[in-house]
This record gives sequence, structure tokens and C-alpha cells, in this order.
Amino acid sequence: MALTRDMFAVSRDPFDVTILLRSAAIKPLFARGPSPTFRVFLAALAALGLILADHRHQHLAMVRSALAFVTYPIQYAADQPSALVRMTREQFASTDELRDENLLLHRENLLLKARVQQFEALEAENIRLRDLLGSSLDLGERVVIAEIMAIELAPYRQQVMVNKGTKSGVFVGQPVLDANAVMGQVVSASPFSSIVLLITDADHALPVEINRNGLRTIAAGTGLSEGLELLYIPKNADVRVGDLLVTSGMDGRFPAGYPVARVTTVRQDPDNPFTTVIAEPTARLDRSREVLLVWNLSETSRQQALAGDAPQSRGTE
Amino acid sequence: MRPSRVSSVQRRRSGSFWAALLTLVLAMYLTILPIPGWPLDYRPPWVVLALIFWCFAAPDRVGVLLGFCIGLMMDVLTGTLLGQHALTLSVTAYLAIMLRARIRIFPLWQQTFFVWLILLVERLLTLWVVGATGQPMPPLTYWTPSLISLFLWPFMSLLLTPMERRVGPS
Repeated sequence: MALTRDMFAVSRDPFDVTILLRSAAIKPLFARGPSPTFRVFLAALAALGLILADHRHQHLAMVRSALAFVTYPIQYAADQPSALVRMTREQFASTDELRDENLLLHRENLLLKARVQQFEALEAENIRLRDLLGSSLDLGERVVIAEIMAIELAPYRQQVMVNKGTKSGVFVGQPVLDANAVMGQVVSASPFSSIVLLITDADHALPVEINRNGLRTIAAGTGLSEGLELLYIPKNADVRVGDLLVTSGMDGRFPAGYPVARVTTVRQDPDNPFTTVIAEPTARLDRSREVLLVWNLSETSRQQALAGDAPQSRGTE
Repeated sequence: MRPSRVSSVQRRRSGSFWAALLTLVLAMYLTILPIPGWPLDYRPPWVVLALIFWCFAAPDRVGVLLGFCIGLMMDVLTGTLLGQHALTLSVTAYLAIMLRARIRIFPLWQQTFFVWLILLVERLLTLWVVGATGQPMPPLTYWTPSLISLFLWPFMSLLLTPMERRVGPS
């Protein structure tokens, strides 16, 4: 016992000396270091440079995804409480509930399968007709299911974080759907997660057409989760309440023909030279838990689809 | 005897840095943690408060540089423009360090008022960046978190004195 204490005392001494030396070497450096005013000046300049670079040129994707390695554990931890609640709920679900749900899903599956049979024939026919017209159609997408992480992002913006990133092939600008309609697009992707800007964000707009008559317009977000505004609709345009808006594919980003929203209000405001049209997104933006990330198919797979085969890579991963 | 005393002070100071980092990470966690039924507008600005606290408690360890780094992490965490939080948090740290010596001798209510002013500056800077980059303008409830902190700071300053005695400048 005495021996170990002696050893400890001996071993502690050099440690103290090194600390002392370090402190002697570092201390004056701190005292003479740049003043806080100088430092904040530098920091503000650096921050402004970053803001400019990020806002104007979008050059900082690499920096962002490198930093995401550091921040991902925090986000992961923040997602855990709600994941735990969900898991517990699933654990304690009764057999009856599970059986009911299973039955329901089974029926739905049967219905959907029946619909798909029809759909494949229609799709081939549609491609053939479009080919006759000389217009192309993006279709036969590859889809990956991602989960929305329960994390608060910047307040007053309509953004969500999903748990798939560049490791799964996600890219910036990728369209995101839910089971019902278009949800938004990926605005930043890091290796394990990515941020999706929803179509209702005030910074987001996408080209749509009215499914009934093909009238093309732009649906801009309003910042509220239940409203899109259609821009530049002339006073005499044929828009009615209940019209379904689908993506027109004119942006080359969203595949054409996916539902976006349903018109809820058509109003003539005296101060507005255009018709005020408000539409409600068909996607369940604030309720969906799973989202679909979509890739367009390459030209070769399109040709295969045209030849009548079902595209090989269709379906979920 | 003397060397060991110096080293323990040194160790405590670097310990204060790690404690500050831990607190700040915890504050970031609280910022992005979704709480059901929690009104979004009333979430206190945890990170700003923690940064001001540590700038007061250990100004020779926590300062502009740490504020900048934490800000960058916040930007990535919440998906804002890179540099937005970095700017506001480094300015916050600067103001806290500069005002620290003056504020510490004030009575509590005046101290709280000055902390509130720092928080307002932080909000104002954020608003300026949001406006300058053409992001959508937040509603008036944008200012409520700084009011919430008015009630939080007195409790935090209770912790400040013992903490300063442990890690503060000699």
C-alpha cells in the first residue's frame, strides 16, 4: 500500500511540472493574444463571407456535409425519444389491433395490385402515344423510402429532415413524395441525412398544370402548411374550386403527372390584377412519417419500358 | 507546494472549457428536440443563454471563437444559411465578454436587463441576415424567446456565482 502511494507520488510530480511548463508557455500568449474586438471583427467577416458564399453560390455543400458528421450524433439523439415512444407503442400493440391492421393492409394491397395491372398497360400505351407526338415523358422512377426524423429545424421555415443521405444516393434537388402527392425537394444532403424543403415554404415554387384542362401555372408556397398560391392566373382563366393540380414537369426536376394540390379558393380581389387562387396540398405534409425519394430512370430503361417490358428497377428498395 | 496549486487552477480552467462545451451541446440538443404540445414560439434560446452564461463565468476560456464554432454547428443542425448563427453567436459572445465586468456589479434586475439587450441584438442580427438574403420574414412571435429568457436569466445567474468561484479568473 505504502509502495503504491510512493509510486503514485513519484509519477504525479513530472505531470505537474509539464503542466506548469505548459501553462508558463501558454499564459503570456493568451495575455498578448488578439483582443476580443479584433477577434469578433474577424469572426463577423468570416461569417459574412460564409453567408454570401452559401446564399449566392451554393459552394459550401462539402463544408456542410463535413460538419454534419459532427452534428449528426446530436440530431440522432434528439430523434431517439420519439423513436422510443413509437417503439414502445408498437411493442404493446394488442394482437387484435395487429390483426385488424394486417387485414386492412392485405385488402389495400389487393386493390392496389389490381390497379397496377391496369396501370402498366396504360403506361406503355401512354409512352407509345407520346412517342408518336414526339414529346418525352419521364417515368419509371426508382424509389427509396426514407423516414422523417423528429427534429426541430429553423423556425418559420417549412423544412423536414429525413434519415437518408448521400450514402443512399440522395442528391440536392431530388423530388420527395409521400403516398399521396409531391412533398418537396432535397435542399441539402449529408452522408446520413438530408433536409427537404416542403412545397409550402415561402421560398418554394413549382410548375404545375390543372389536371382538368392542362392550364399551366406556378404553385408558390405561402409559409403556412395548408396553403399554396397559384401565381399569375388571368381573370378569365378557367379555374374552379376542387381542381386537381399535377406537376407539369416543365422544371425538369419534378417528374410530370404527380398530384400536388387541390384548389380550395378562387377569388377576385380588387387590388390584384390576377385571380387569387389558393390550393391545399394533397400530400399530408405535417402527418406523413415515411417519404419517398424518387430517381428518374435513364434513357435506356425508358426504351425498355417503351418496348413493353415493365422497367426492371421499378419498385422500392 | 506552489506548482501543484498552479496546475490545479490550470486543470480547472481547461475543465471549465469542457464543461462549457458539454453545456452548449446540451443546449443544442434542447433546441432541436421536438416536444409534443410545446409551443414553438416559446422555446427559450438555449444556446445563446448558455453561451452568455459561460462568457460570464469563464471569459478566458469561452469567447468569440467558441461562439463562432457553435454557431456553425447550429447552422448545420437547423439547416439555416451557413454563417447565420456563426455571426450572431460570435457577436453575442463578444458583447457578453465586453459587458461582463460592468454588469457583474449591477443588481440582478439590471443585469437581467442587459442580458436581454444582448439577446435582442442577437435576434436583430438574425433578422437582418434573414432580410438581406431574401428569406421569408418571421412573424412578430419571433421576439418572444428573448422575453422568455428574461424569466430564465435570474435562475441562471444563481448558478453563476458559485461557478465563477470555481473556474473564474483569479
